[in-house]
Amino acid sequence: MIGYSLKRLASAIPTLFLLITVAFFLIRIAPGGPFDTERALPPEIEANLAAKYHLDEPLVVQYARYLWQIARFDLGPSFHYLDWSINDLISQGAPVSFTLGLLALIVALLIGVPVGAWAALRQNRPSDYAVMSTAMIGISVPNFVMAPLLILLFAITLGWLPAGGWAFEPSRMVLPVVTLALPMIAYIARITRGSMIEVLHSSFIRTARAKGMPEREVLLHHALKPALLPVISYLGPAAAAILTGSVVVERIFTIPGIGSYFVQGALNRDYTLVMGVVILYGVLIILFNFMVDLLYAWLDPRIRYDEGET
Amino acid sequence: MKPASSVLALALPVILLVGCGSQDDQSNPASPSASPLGLLAPPVEVALDEDGRPVAESLAESQILHRGNAEEPQTLDPHLAEGVPSSILLRDLFEGLATSQPDGRIVPGAAAHWDISRDGLVYTFYLRPDSRWSNGEPLTAADFVWSWQRVVDPQTGASYGRMLAPVKNAEAIFAGELGVEMLGVEALSDSSFQVTLESPTPYFLGLLTHPTTFPVYRPAIEQFGASHVRPGQLVSNGAYVLADWQVRSHIELARNPHYRAADQVIIERVFYYPFEDENTEFNRFRAGDLQWTYRVPSNQFGWLKNNMAESLMVAPWFGTYFFSFNLQRPPFQDNLALRQALNLAVNRDILTNSVTRFGEIPTYNLIPPGLPDYNPFVPEYAEWTQAEREAEARRLYAQAGYSEDNPLTVELRYNSSENHRRIAIAMSAMWKQVLGVRTRLINEEFRVFLQNRTQGRVTEVFRAGWIGDYQDAFTFLELFHSEHGRNDAGYANPSYDRLLEQISAERIPALRRNLLREAERMLLADQVVLPTYIYVSKRLVDPRLQGWAENVMDQHLTRHMYLLKSRTPGEPESPEADSAERGGS
Repeated sequence: MIGYSLKRLASAIPTLFLLITVAFFLIRIAPGGPFDTERALPPEIEANLAAKYHLDEPLVVQYARYLWQIARFDLGPSFHYLDWSINDLISQGAPVSFTLGLLALIVALLIGVPVGAWAALRQNRPSDYAVMSTAMIGISVPNFVMAPLLILLFAITLGWLPAGGWAFEPSRMVLPVVTLALPMIAYIARITRGSMIEVLHSSFIRTARAKGMPEREVLLHHALKPALLPVISYLGPAAAAILTGSVVVERIFTIPGIGSYFVQGALNRDYTLVMGVVILYGVLIILFNFMVDLLYAWLDPRIRYDEGET
Repeated sequence: MKPASSVLALALPVILLVGCGSQDDQSNPASPSASPLGLLAPPVEVALDEDGRPVAESLAESQILHRGNAEEPQTLDPHLAEGVPSSILLRDLFEGLATSQPDGRIVPGAAAHWDISRDGLVYTFYLRPDSRWSNGEPLTAADFVWSWQRVVDPQTGASYGRMLAPVKNAEAIFAGELGVEMLGVEALSDSSFQVTLESPTPYFLGLLTHPTTFPVYRPAIEQFGASHVRPGQLVSNGAYVLADWQVRSHIELARNPHYRAADQVIIERVFYYPFEDENTEFNRFRAGDLQWTYRVPSNQFGWLKNNMAESLMVAPWFGTYFFSFNLQRPPFQDNLALRQALNLAVNRDILTNSVTRFGEIPTYNLIPPGLPDYNPFVPEYAEWTQAEREAEARRLYAQAGYSEDNPLTVELRYNSSENHRRIAIAMSAMWKQVLGVRTRLINEEFRVFLQNRTQGRVTEVFRAGWIGDYQDAFTFLELFHSEHGRNDAGYANPSYDRLLEQISAERIPALRRNLLREAERMLLADQVVLPTYIYVSKRLVDPRLQGWAENVMDQHLTRHMYLLKSRTPGEPESPEADSAERGGS
């Protein structure tokens, strides 16, 4: 197991390197630069700005400089938010996005899994259809529709919750977390239902039942665990996505997370910011996929990594 | 929606449970005084004392103001900042030699008064003896000398450094030909600061309210470098100091006890919130979280007019929305008649009444009205009826060699935005209807658009627009100098360039005024641009917030403002009014 883990982590390095390389050159292809404005700068000042940020060097030199920088865990200065470094921006925004994302993830799991399992047990009955069509709506209603509706209802009409803004306090988190969690609840419920149905039809469940095991035990112990496998593989990338924040939710609720930096960074040609969030996202994806694989091994007795190697 | 909300009902308790466990018990910055549906309690009548200040009895107990801002400021270094969101904050944090009254009038600021030499070239500013930095240190003429030298130093990379171009030797210093110590500024004593100009610049005092000319605190910059603008490190000389800065959440300013007129500042604290989305800001205002917004949703005019008329503030602004023709490429190169035809075929009234709808002012000339010493040049056809203009447009179109069988095909380029798109569609429809022109609409992401405009290799007719940097017609006219970096039309007319140079050198106001008018006339006669309307500033303001006034530069300093008591203090908003409003929406 440890050998496998080390191998997996080592293989992450070339992946990240590739990611950084591609992203670095892609963002530079975009027309325009970080210091282009409607107010034309005198050429001398433009040249000085370029020199200050090393934009006057050949791209390959800039690339090497950048690699050397990130090897020392320094993501560089922001080209747009002049008073801050990328490390500052991400360390301020990431806790916000992580908190929201984690809460949404927990909510989604706590609701999605039981609802999905419950629907599976009532397969093709009216209650199953009701739950699954609700889930379909949850998936289809985009968050830029859901969020304003929630604000209109709970913040403006009822006045129960704030319409946006951020602080580490429950009232400010409810609406964004709900907005983030709703489609995930629906996804997880659907996935759980599907795989649960499959598992319930498999021979080991039949065996368990034949042994006279109590139904409760059969479901919780034997059925749920393997039924969760597809949910887990969905969760890997989904967790990375949700923890790095959502552009839409951040805009609508004015939340200072890092989700908007993907878009803002690209629009402002804030090269280092784009790179910073790309690297963070890449690291998280690699990390979560790795964790998913480990969880798989734990949940599914058929998968044991170290044995397979002999 | 029903099923979704049942899931929601399930979700709420869980989230509340989880949420309570979270770490930080930060106090809530926005303090929602939730008034449902944005129904604001009416203020009491304001009573003013003999100085025009409100009497204490009519003021609200809590003088904390929440202002919406367009976006996260790029920086709070006054010399590096650009963009309106930063300058709003910087005018609260810092004060230049001059400052502005609520109505926009320029009055002494950090300087108590000044002398101007007879030839208009030498300005001597006498600083107030009680002027201090926010750390209590005295503000001296040497601070201004160092600050202005920093602005023109090419190493600083001041984005608005050009603001100081009228000062002697500034241009040569920008270009690296002279050292910063050659700048025409001098500290005659601790309290007198002398500026020598290259040529008389009638709008020079107006530049002094621009953040680029604000003083910065040398010891902090030398000690902290780029991070001198962080809370606890930023030393400023304005009515407020930086108390807190949470990137993309809020910036909090607190009253500066060392400000020269600290006793006249009523608002204790100001919170600025950046909003990337206008609807979000609108919702926050309706929820009672804000007393002042930066903008309003552009498609909600009807609703706002009917439901929030007492909060909707619209006023002319010092900016013009126009289109430019690329004069370096066909079809507009050397084709005056065609440019004139397209100009006359656009019905400005339809654009402002049916498309933009916020009371924008239709215009046929470039420079907005409202300047103290300039009357815009209004072309003759502005007085015609639209039918007359269209007839003339058709005549010119034919003269340019186009007809129904041989229509013009043109590309209209704009940067992606809902408002620009609607205007472009309306204009192309007018061209189609009046002339039969076939228009291809091209929208581009801002920086791509900007690059295409600057290079001028693919553009034909493109969106422009300009908000004046200082209160003078020159801020618009200089854009079309053949060597100006923003002359994206590629207008190169030696007589126009000469005219601009004459304007810069002219000392007699009346003659200068004539030259400005002549330059605007020439620009319009050559039909370099197609002006459409004068911008308006539009925002929502809590009626309890007073002390401010509309002004053409759209500058609103927090230190002039104050919050009045609601008419029924302590009482919750009347429930009948609530439900009536709710039923109506």
